[in-house]
Amino acid sequence: MKKYIMKRVIISVITLLVILLVLFLMLEFMPGSPFNDEKLTDTQRAIINAKYGLDQPVMIRFLNYIKAMLSGDFGVSYTISKNTPITALLETRLPISLRIGGQAILIGTIIGLILGIVAAIKHNTIYDTFTTVISVLGVSLPSYVFAMALIYALGFRLKWFPLLYQMEAPLYSSIMPTISLCMFTVATVARFTRTEMLEVLGSEYMLLAESKGLNSFQLIFKHALRNALIPIITVLAPLVVGLMTGSLVIEKLFSIPGIGSLLVSAIQSNDYNVVVALTFIYSIMYIGIMLVVDILYGVIDPRIRLAKGDEHE
Amino acid sequence: MNSTEFEFTPEDFELVGAEKISRVDETFPSKPIWKDILARFTQNKGAVVGIIFIIIVITMAVIGPNMTGHTYDSQVIAHQNLAPRIPGIEKLGIFNGSEKMHTSTGSITQNKYISEDPSMKTGLEDIYYWFGTDVLGRDIFTRTWTGTRISLYIALVAVIVDMCFGMIYGLVSGYFGGKVDMVLQRFSEILNGIPTLVIVTLLILVFKPGLVTITLALAITGWIGMSRIARAQVLKLKEQEFILASKTLGAKNLFIIFKEILPNIFGQLIIMSMFSIPNAIFTEAFLAFIGLGVPAPLASLGSLISDAFKSFTTHPYMIIFPVIVLALIMLSFNMMADGLRDAFDPKMKEM
Repeated sequence: MKKYIMKRVIISVITLLVILLVLFLMLEFMPGSPFNDEKLTDTQRAIINAKYGLDQPVMIRFLNYIKAMLSGDFGVSYTISKNTPITALLETRLPISLRIGGQAILIGTIIGLILGIVAAIKHNTIYDTFTTVISVLGVSLPSYVFAMALIYALGFRLKWFPLLYQMEAPLYSSIMPTISLCMFTVATVARFTRTEMLEVLGSEYMLLAESKGLNSFQLIFKHALRNALIPIITVLAPLVVGLMTGSLVIEKLFSIPGIGSLLVSAIQSNDYNVVVALTFIYSIMYIGIMLVVDILYGVIDPRIRLAKGDEHE
Repeated sequence: MNSTEFEFTPEDFELVGAEKISRVDETFPSKPIWKDILARFTQNKGAVVGIIFIIIVITMAVIGPNMTGHTYDSQVIAHQNLAPRIPGIEKLGIFNGSEKMHTSTGSITQNKYISEDPSMKTGLEDIYYWFGTDVLGRDIFTRTWTGTRISLYIALVAVIVDMCFGMIYGLVSGYFGGKVDMVLQRFSEILNGIPTLVIVTLLILVFKPGLVTITLALAITGWIGMSRIARAQVLKLKEQEFILASKTLGAKNLFIIFKEILPNIFGQLIIMSMFSIPNAIFTEAFLAFIGLGVPAPLASLGSLISDAFKSFTTHPYMIIFPVIVLALIMLSFNMMADGLRDAFDPKMKEM
């Protein structure tokens, strides 16, 4: 088990470094510098380049960047808010994005699980159809469609919720963004839970447990759900990624000052450092989640651990 | 004991007859597997509905932009913000060109085609915009179906990328195993670790926003899911006896991959590529929405929705039709993929 975890961790770290290198090189070869203002003379440009260390060779800059990054220093923003350390930008923005994303994944998973379990227990009833409809709609409609429907109905016409995110009412004004963001999670989790639960409920050990005289609560939560959960854990990782990308649109729609909207504006204004820092953060989150899921999967189901361990020998 | 006498009379019996004893064995004609699949597919109502909608959408994407006489980029300033008006249906009181506007002070209904004062002429009495016009006076009907073409093109790209690249990548990775597999898998893992958005935006900075960039972005990221499925399937098959037999007979690696393994897993791969279509359309619509899609005046469904969003509280009709078409495309492809999966392999899990 230790060997397996070590292997996964090492692979994750290497992946992360390669991502950084690729990002760095790609940004390096991009046309357009943040200082391509025509009014600047060559000497002025050289001074600016020297100030930001842009005159050094690529590899040295990259090594410097990794060094700085490992000490938690992402450098300064070039254009978005000049000379502000990116850490300062992130300090206010990251918690907001994380909180809304966390809310969405938590609520989405819980609702999805409930819908899936109910649909499996009451197979081929109206509840089942309801879950199927929800899950098909949830994967078919982009989150911004839900967001716009909510904005129009609940925000604009009924005036129940504010149209835009408000810093002074962080929970209340994040209700609509959370709902629109979690629809995809609800749909996917409900779909998987339903299929897995149906398969588990039809298995022979469930029949045995039932004939032992266990009550239905024990049956569903102690026997069925635990086994059904294993494959569901794997879909959580891609779901988180979907949530990250979804959050860009949702943050734009509701004017949420999170990292998603920051990334979009950074890309549009060629702000190297911000783009690299944010991509790094997105990648860390993604790789971290993948790692946790892989290890969790191994802990829960020994078969996976062994199979995966052999595969990489 | 019961001592009642009972006498049998001939009427108590009836002749069974030969036809009731002998059972005729029914022989079913052996069905080719694709017929079986077709039968299962057509029984699935959702899948059939999906196919029908896809055909309708494709037809409309082909003929739609030429139906109204407007082009996607022709602007008529006098025709700004006109609500949908369809000849014939307008007499029913819907789609008659009037729209209800909600503002903070209340709501009013207005019709820009026909002025309330009969003596006044607006000059628009004989003009029909089926889906209305946008803020620049462009025909939304034409623009919607032009945008649909882009979504369908993206769908095609997704399938081609899956089939050409993802499939081969997965087959090679799974079949050769060992170091090759390790390297290829790490590579795809790394690529997967970079958010698609970043890849696309970097490409957009290098090239220009447009179809080429989105196609490239899909080509770079779209195949990973497919390669995983292909690899997993190969891993399942490659230890089986028929592969060993083929190897013993001296078959080359390429022959085994494409002639022995591929035919056995092709069904699953097709299903997988069907599932990647909605994903690709989703990505395009998402990129267009944050302003990284096709450049104006070209329209894609995502950019139409994004444009209409700016005025959607006052003119909701502008956003409804692109959203409906987008939802229809996504729904039908999803339902068709579901149906295909059930038809090909009822036991295959949700991927």
